[in-house]
Amino acid sequence: MTTTLTKADFQSSQETRWCPGCGDYSILAAVQSFMPELGIPPERIVFVTGIGCAGRFSYYMNTYGVHAIHGRAPAIATGLAAARDDLSVWIVSGDGDALSIGGNHLIHALRRNVPIKILLFNNRIYGLTKGQASPTSELGKITRSTPRGNQDPPVDVVSLAIGAGATFVARTVDRDKQHLPAMLRAAAEHRGTALVEILQNCPVFNDGAFDHVADKQQAAEHRIPLQHGKPVVFGAEGERCVVRAPDGRLALGETATADPASIVVHDARGEDPSVAFALSRLGDIGAGPVPLGIFRSVDAAPWGDGLVAASREAHQGVGTAELDALFRAGDTWNVA
Amino acid sequence: MDRTTEERERVIVRFAGDSGDGMQLAGGQFTAATAAVGNDLVTLPDFPAEIRAPAGTPAGVSSFQIHFANRDIATPGDTPNLLVAMNPAALRANVSQLEPGAGIVVNEDAFTKRNLLKAGYEASPLDDDSLDRFQVWRVPMTTMCQRAAEAIEGAATRDVQKSRNLFALGLICWMYDRPIDGTERWISDKFAASEAVRDINLAALRAGWNFGETTEVIGTRVHVAPATDVRPGTYRNINGTQATSLGLIAASVRSGLPLCLAAYPITPASDLLHDLARRRDVGVRTVQAEDEIAAAGIALGASYGGALGVTATSGPGMDLKAETIGLAVMLELPLVIIDVQRAGPSTGMPTKTEQSDLLMALHGRHGESPLPVVAASTPGNCFDAAYEAVQIAVQYRTPVILLTDLFLANSSEPWRVPSAADLPVIDPGFAPPGDPDSAFLPYARDEHGARPWALPGNPGTQHQIGGLEKADVVGSISYDPVNHARMTALRAAKVAGVAVPDVVVDTDPGAEVLVLGWGSSAGAVRAGVRRVRQRGLPVAHAHLHHLNPLPSNLGEVLRSHRSVLVPEMNSGQLARVLRAEYLVDVHSHSKVEGRPLFAAELEDAILKEIEG
Repeated sequence: MTTTLTKADFQSSQETRWCPGCGDYSILAAVQSFMPELGIPPERIVFVTGIGCAGRFSYYMNTYGVHAIHGRAPAIATGLAAARDDLSVWIVSGDGDALSIGGNHLIHALRRNVPIKILLFNNRIYGLTKGQASPTSELGKITRSTPRGNQDPPVDVVSLAIGAGATFVARTVDRDKQHLPAMLRAAAEHRGTALVEILQNCPVFNDGAFDHVADKQQAAEHRIPLQHGKPVVFGAEGERCVVRAPDGRLALGETATADPASIVVHDARGEDPSVAFALSRLGDIGAGPVPLGIFRSVDAAPWGDGLVAASREAHQGVGTAELDALFRAGDTWNVA
Repeated sequence: MDRTTEERERVIVRFAGDSGDGMQLAGGQFTAATAAVGNDLVTLPDFPAEIRAPAGTPAGVSSFQIHFANRDIATPGDTPNLLVAMNPAALRANVSQLEPGAGIVVNEDAFTKRNLLKAGYEASPLDDDSLDRFQVWRVPMTTMCQRAAEAIEGAATRDVQKSRNLFALGLICWMYDRPIDGTERWISDKFAASEAVRDINLAALRAGWNFGETTEVIGTRVHVAPATDVRPGTYRNINGTQATSLGLIAASVRSGLPLCLAAYPITPASDLLHDLARRRDVGVRTVQAEDEIAAAGIALGASYGGALGVTATSGPGMDLKAETIGLAVMLELPLVIIDVQRAGPSTGMPTKTEQSDLLMALHGRHGESPLPVVAASTPGNCFDAAYEAVQIAVQYRTPVILLTDLFLANSSEPWRVPSAADLPVIDPGFAPPGDPDSAFLPYARDEHGARPWALPGNPGTQHQIGGLEKADVVGSISYDPVNHARMTALRAAKVAGVAVPDVVVDTDPGAEVLVLGWGSSAGAVRAGVRRVRQRGLPVAHAHLHHLNPLPSNLGEVLRSHRSVLVPEMNSGQLARVLRAEYLVDVHSHSKVEGRPLFAAELEDAILKEIEG
């Protein structure tokens, strides 16, 4: 008997507690709506979260969930992946959780290519602790912890992930009902670590930070859509583009005047991450234009590929006889 | 000169040389030969923290001590009867620990002006009266090795030089009447790839033996008869690290839970990672984590997935794991955390032993976060302690801290090999598939107070756990004050209710003084007690393997003695716990030198206590 899963199968009974208007609601709705597409029963899905507003996400999914500790979700998910190869493991984390306190774990999950999907909600502010600067806050930003303006340059999530050796990196927007599920789908299909940066609104502490990309009216102007195999052009009429400058760098250009041969054709599947990295350095995430889509999607063996099954099999092959042999390994002697 | 053989009950030999001189190897082979003749033994390797301290200086000295006897012994010994010193630095670093009359075998060739200067000697101690208290044998080991290798074709000078340790081993084997055939086999296997190297080493070993046999430089051989008070069975020599890893593997097999060890390299816990990393054949998965925090998180994640999650570290690593251990207390999942204690605080003395993490293990987390603490007492006991830590963690769904220490990890003793079938089966008791008509209750409790272990993948038992306080039974997030009080009490009651055997008191009629130890001081305390008894004085002795919860009869035991002496390699941590718990004015014998307790000092301390 096959039962078709619906969104309701993924909704938990716990009361959802985020601020009214929080971008997390739309992401939660998108994830719950998308999950049935995977065809994986809720009991084989695990959400691991860290601390922060996004950390609550695991309570709202009717899957298995661990609301862990600050920044450590990748470590705990890595352990779960070391023990099990039959689960779909998702991490939900925020910019503070993933990039400051959890930065080290994030880097190592990415470089190992652990089979987990990381949804990184970036609202460029600490929401749960009431409005301090985050590692993605812009220079000069006035917050409660930076009354004279933020002195720390922001980290770019996509650049960091590509630099760490990520095999799948995408960026999308909380309110985009088509693009967000498309990115979730692509991440779910990826075999190793997939990181999706979701630009997300915090209506209380950083309202409108991404209106320029989220707002449909402004989207054409402010989004640089990345599609594998397609020229990277943007603007309402495709009037702007990404070109390879004579010195080898990537730059923004005008489609009408650019040498057609210099317009970059997006290759998300290339082994070499340098062009994807260069794309991640283009534009301005705070003011636009912002590259969105899949920067990189490379097929590579996930961490410990086959090891879980191999260790389980080896373990099952050990009984008392093998254990006795192990105890007696090396030089033994008998005392009568 | 007449050859005589002297019978002795017990002997302590220390091999000392530059790190790189092969002292651990010589000691290890001597230990194997000693085990083969049926003596009881305890060994203690000691090496510098620096990878390569300046050669020829006292800081770079590596040593290996072995205590062997014709009866059950407890410690690696306080003061060596024989020192093998491969150079002046080795002599200088060790001579103060010898008792008057001890023997010293030196490699005379190494006592050059340059080496003497590096060791801080103005003049050669071999030529003045500074060693008059000892019996010194000057053996030109380097020259002898060169002569022994003369006939070997293709012998490289460097390889000949390096064979000195085997010459020394051969000589000491002759002195103490140990066979060298085991070492010969070992050399043949180890150097099978190079005939010349094999032959050089065999020649050096035999030359050492023959030097003793033929030159009459050493007039007396010492014979130590096989131990007779040893339980029948099959034995092997084992150190605490090997025993811990075998205990974990055994528990993994007997529970059906694949073992996943996640660790970050740190001395002296790294050897456990090294040992288990080689055990993929029995289904062990090891992960070298990016840091201590991740190591704990990975182990906990593995446990959540239904594996036996274990993390191992030493002192400073425990500090970093505290947050995750607290989460494990809240999640109520099995997790074994092994702390191979070393001298602290901070980096402290990474290659020196201590028992000073007890209070951290008991209390080193924020909030009310009790967990069971088990401590191993001897190298072989690390097996049982590790097995038991797993049993408790699995049965009670709780993190358990297993305390060993550097001394246990490195020292070795004969271990009576258990039979796998005799080890109790550990039932993980995973939750069955959920009933579609009723909600799954992730914080319901069984008769042990443990909550269900429902694995991801199990249908109908989806639930969400996390660090936030949960409502009793149902497991939703709860800020209800009464609920928090109840959950705190339930978690505490679960840990307090862990079944711990009563402490066993080994006592003499009329004993008024109880000596109570814990952890790796077991051997020294036992030896100290034995010395007091040999004087005809009554004394009671007990040892704690469980530090939380404490045995239920402990209060009564403490109160039934006029005085209680608690020896520890810290500033009195257990003593503090006992005073707080039982309002008994226990006396602390404290030592924080980075060295094990000695039988002699305990003898003195017990005698003082008896005198009152």
